[in-house]
Amino acid sequence: MSDKLINATNLKKSFDQFIAVDNIDLSVSRGEVVGFLGPNGAGKSTTMKMLTGFLEPDNGEIFINNINLKSDPLKAKEYIGYLPEGAPSYSDMIVEDFLSFIGKMRGLNNNSLSNRLEEMANKINLKEMWNRPIETLSKGFKRRVGIAQALIHDPDILILDEPTDGLDPNQKHEMRNLIKRISTNKAIVISTHILEEVEAVCSRAVIIANGKLLANDTPKNLENKFLNKNTVSIKVSNKINNVISKEIKSLLKYDDVKIQKTDISTHTILVSDNQKNPNLNTVLKQINKLKLDVIEANFQKVSLEEIFRTITSDNNSK
Amino acid sequence: MNNYLNKTYIILDRELKGYFRTPLASIFLLVFLALSSGMTFFLGRFFERDQADLTAFFSWHPWLFLVLMPAIGMRLWAEERRSGTIELLITLPVTNTQLVVGKFLASWIFTLIALILTMPIWITVNYLGEPDNHVILISYFGSWLMAGAFLALTSCLSALTKNQVIAFIISSISGFVLIMAGFNLVLSAVRSWSPNWITETISSMSFLSHFSRIQMGVFDLSTLVFFISMIILCLWINVQLVQVKKAD
Repeated sequence: MSDKLINATNLKKSFDQFIAVDNIDLSVSRGEVVGFLGPNGAGKSTTMKMLTGFLEPDNGEIFINNINLKSDPLKAKEYIGYLPEGAPSYSDMIVEDFLSFIGKMRGLNNNSLSNRLEEMANKINLKEMWNRPIETLSKGFKRRVGIAQALIHDPDILILDEPTDGLDPNQKHEMRNLIKRISTNKAIVISTHILEEVEAVCSRAVIIANGKLLANDTPKNLENKFLNKNTVSIKVSNKINNVISKEIKSLLKYDDVKIQKTDISTHTILVSDNQKNPNLNTVLKQINKLKLDVIEANFQKVSLEEIFRTITSDNNSK
Repeated sequence: MNNYLNKTYIILDRELKGYFRTPLASIFLLVFLALSSGMTFFLGRFFERDQADLTAFFSWHPWLFLVLMPAIGMRLWAEERRSGTIELLITLPVTNTQLVVGKFLASWIFTLIALILTMPIWITVNYLGEPDNHVILISYFGSWLMAGAFLALTSCLSALTKNQVIAFIISSISGFVLIMAGFNLVLSAVRSWSPNWITETISSMSFLSHFSRIQMGVFDLSTLVFFISMIILCLWINVQLVQVKKAD
């Protein structure tokens, strides 16, 4: 028995000649929020569709709460709440009827259904739209209805395909707060191509491109793996010739020191290291020894976006 | 078993109410009543016939259903696929068979409501004369059975496409083929080159042949088996098509 709520191994899915998902392993425990990252067409949605039982993998196995999704799909699906891409719903139904329909299909009895409906109305802030047809709601409210239908049976596993796509910044913020609030006792998988989302809500980032899993780690560990991308940047208003350049490089005990001409009168010194973060103060002290006129100095930490670009472009070039 | 039927009922309930959530239901019922009465009184010459029966009413049903049943059933799966709600349905803890049967039954019950609303014509003919009510009752039941076969065919074909108009057209064409299979014109053309059993098989596949017998008050087991088998076969293919086409 595994303590993983989702345990998928060697997932593979092809459409005709196109391999959408190529041998992906993924496991998620309770309390984890996994950010599924990848460019458009990377295989994120296909993987999620397999995890929810919508698509059958060509190869590999999926266990939902230790239940084999293939051999007992009805039982396994009971543990999953799913928000498909674009949050589809029956637009002619009013919010209450739609959530009630999903709740009944999820096996809730009348008593627990009315409790859950009330909880959804309050928790997801749907009260004011409760009796409105879904087709008349704004995109933000439609997304909330989508989240509410996924949560109606209080599932252990939540799979959300691009939950903030198309929302305005305020709505995105609200949606992330909501996901954080509900994440404590669930296993959540969120697909997105917005990196700030992963930094904001996810405890683990999984990066896929061209159907292949390229990284699977915490955002912090991913950043540590790309320490050499953390750079101290010093802009000086001096002309730097070869002699000074050699002096700078011998003074700074770091793996990589680059000097770039910024414009006619200024140069920028870029310092990075494979093993540790370059220290801004130390670098400044060394530069001052050469009596250079520093006009700008900062430490640039690698962003998840840069990591994502590096990983996915490396994969493309292969 | 109870849970199985319960989920099928929840789908049926949502679908049936769905017809009445939009003006579709009232428009359909109005068109059905207008066309069926119009055909009975004008094309069927109800009064000129001077007979206390509903032959003039029921004889047009195959042609009426040819257009109206695809109109009811075209959205059953095409709309789910177009709007993406099929993804919601399939990921619920429910089988494809429950979904297909629930949706089909909703459309069939809706047709029953439409047929019940034509009952004033039955009352009228009883007021004007002394019709054989046994034949009329059998004809009503036969008409509903035939509507079910048309609907099952439409439901099945609507799973092939995301476009309701295409679903409507292919269902109407397929229905037309099944009606025409009983026509003498078609049968004599086939009879000229094929063995007798082929002609018999084609004739036995015809909605028109079976429904003509029902209209005469002859409701034999073969007719019941034909329509029920037709419904079950179409729904079985429907389940397979949903499975194959869901992610297209």
